[in-house]
Amino acid sequence: MERNAQGQTSNKEPVIRVRDLVFRRGPKTILDGISLDIYPGSIVAFMGPSGVGKTTILRLISGQLQPDSGSVEVNRQDVARMSASELQRFRRNIGVLLQDGALFTDLTVFENIATPVREHTDLPEPLIRRLVMSKLSAVGLGGVEDRMPHELSGGMARRVAFARAVVLDPSIMLYDEPLTGLDPIAVSTIRTLMRETNDALGLTSLVVTHNVAQMRQLVDYCFIISQGRIAGAGHPDELGASTDPAVDQFMNGKVEGPIPFHYQPSGADWGLLD
Amino acid sequence: MAGETLKHSAIFGPIVQAGQCLLFLFRMLGGLRPQSEQILSILQQTYLIGARSLVIIMICGFFVGMVLSLQAINALEQFGASDQVSLLVGKSLFRELGPVLTALLFAGRAGTSITAEIGLMKATNQIEAMELMAIDPVQRIALPRFAAGLISVPLLTAMFNALAILGSVVFAIGVMGLDAGVYWSKLQTGVYFGKDFLGGVYKSIVFGGTVSLVAVYFGYSARPTGAGVGTATTNTVVLSSVLILIFDFIMTSYMT
Repeated sequence: MERNAQGQTSNKEPVIRVRDLVFRRGPKTILDGISLDIYPGSIVAFMGPSGVGKTTILRLISGQLQPDSGSVEVNRQDVARMSASELQRFRRNIGVLLQDGALFTDLTVFENIATPVREHTDLPEPLIRRLVMSKLSAVGLGGVEDRMPHELSGGMARRVAFARAVVLDPSIMLYDEPLTGLDPIAVSTIRTLMRETNDALGLTSLVVTHNVAQMRQLVDYCFIISQGRIAGAGHPDELGASTDPAVDQFMNGKVEGPIPFHYQPSGADWGLLD
Repeated sequence: MAGETLKHSAIFGPIVQAGQCLLFLFRMLGGLRPQSEQILSILQQTYLIGARSLVIIMICGFFVGMVLSLQAINALEQFGASDQVSLLVGKSLFRELGPVLTALLFAGRAGTSITAEIGLMKATNQIEAMELMAIDPVQRIALPRFAAGLISVPLLTAMFNALAILGSVVFAIGVMGLDAGVYWSKLQTGVYFGKDFLGGVYKSIVFGGTVSLVAVYFGYSARPTGAGVGTATTNTVVLSSVLILIFDFIMTSYMT
């Protein structure tokens, strides 16, 4: 099965090309032959119920996990075949915003944002300061640089994490549930930052989420993952009207449908419950 | 899968864990660089885990010195040899009690905090975030804490010994009225720099390395949950204490 995020960018080369991707954890197949292309400049979401393997896709793209078969190519480079040093270079070019921000709790806000800069560049201290302060100001948090992460609200912490993720001007952004647990104002703020940064810097953004309503206003294209495969692909509005039972069930939050209510461990005899 | 099964086996589990712990040590040492940032980070951790353990070490050292003198005077009095108290206190402190008790206290005070801190960093995805930023968390998080422990324990042992001698002086001379000149001369002539003092220093270096390695390894390999971090912290104290006593016996048997 092959799905392309073609909406508005069909004449470009894909930045990320996934082919026949299979990933197993023990006896359980998490991803079962996924193929897709992601084009530059777009914001693409991976959606689906919890535990379906959305984050696994991000981890395979970032090289944290190795596929059992198939390939993930980023800018025509197979991530699974990269050497340790190539992987390090590759990761310098991606920005990641994890679910809870994952700020370093032993460092101030300033040091959190400055860490990747210090690690990967030889910029002098005054320039690092200017760079960090400009990123902080871009996320609307000038003046909090000396605070510790525990002194920030959830929304502020997420914005600081966003500033840290973009401080080295990556070309690809990976977001893992970036809006979870935030109040509506913080959700709108982060969503605006994601969209504006993506468009202003010409990034390619991948978002993992299960929140349909929040994604309708943000993403250009969306892949629905169900039972290890792509069940549907398109703009969230199109998917909402899909006749595919799994896509319809997820997008419209229905209890009845092919996505089961009961947990199904592999090897169990579920005939007993019938 | 085979590795995971072995790891949980009662017989091979500890061997696999020990092997992984050693590999972790080599990975840390491989990242040792003479860079100002790394040195600064080690010094910062030395302050956080070493200097901040000073108060508890000093209080315990003082009282250990006092109780050691009390017991020694009670026992030696029966043979009319209570003037030998400084010799007994000095030798037992420098050779055994100083390094062992300091390392045990360090395991409880700093080892647990290292494990809990790294475990919580893992549970809150800070370690993962670091990997994704192409920053090696072993070099950035584990190495400075390990090196700081290695530096701190011998220094804390010296402080423990000094305060224990002070406690002994306060009790033996101040309370029991022993002659100060006899006390200090016996200590000076009977306790040897090489065999007694340096022997204790060697032990404290080994103990410092052991406690710090166990603490960073358990923190780094903790399951990223509340219960996982709790278990890792307990394991740090238990395993460090047992290893300190085992290594103490092995080193003592080679030194004497």
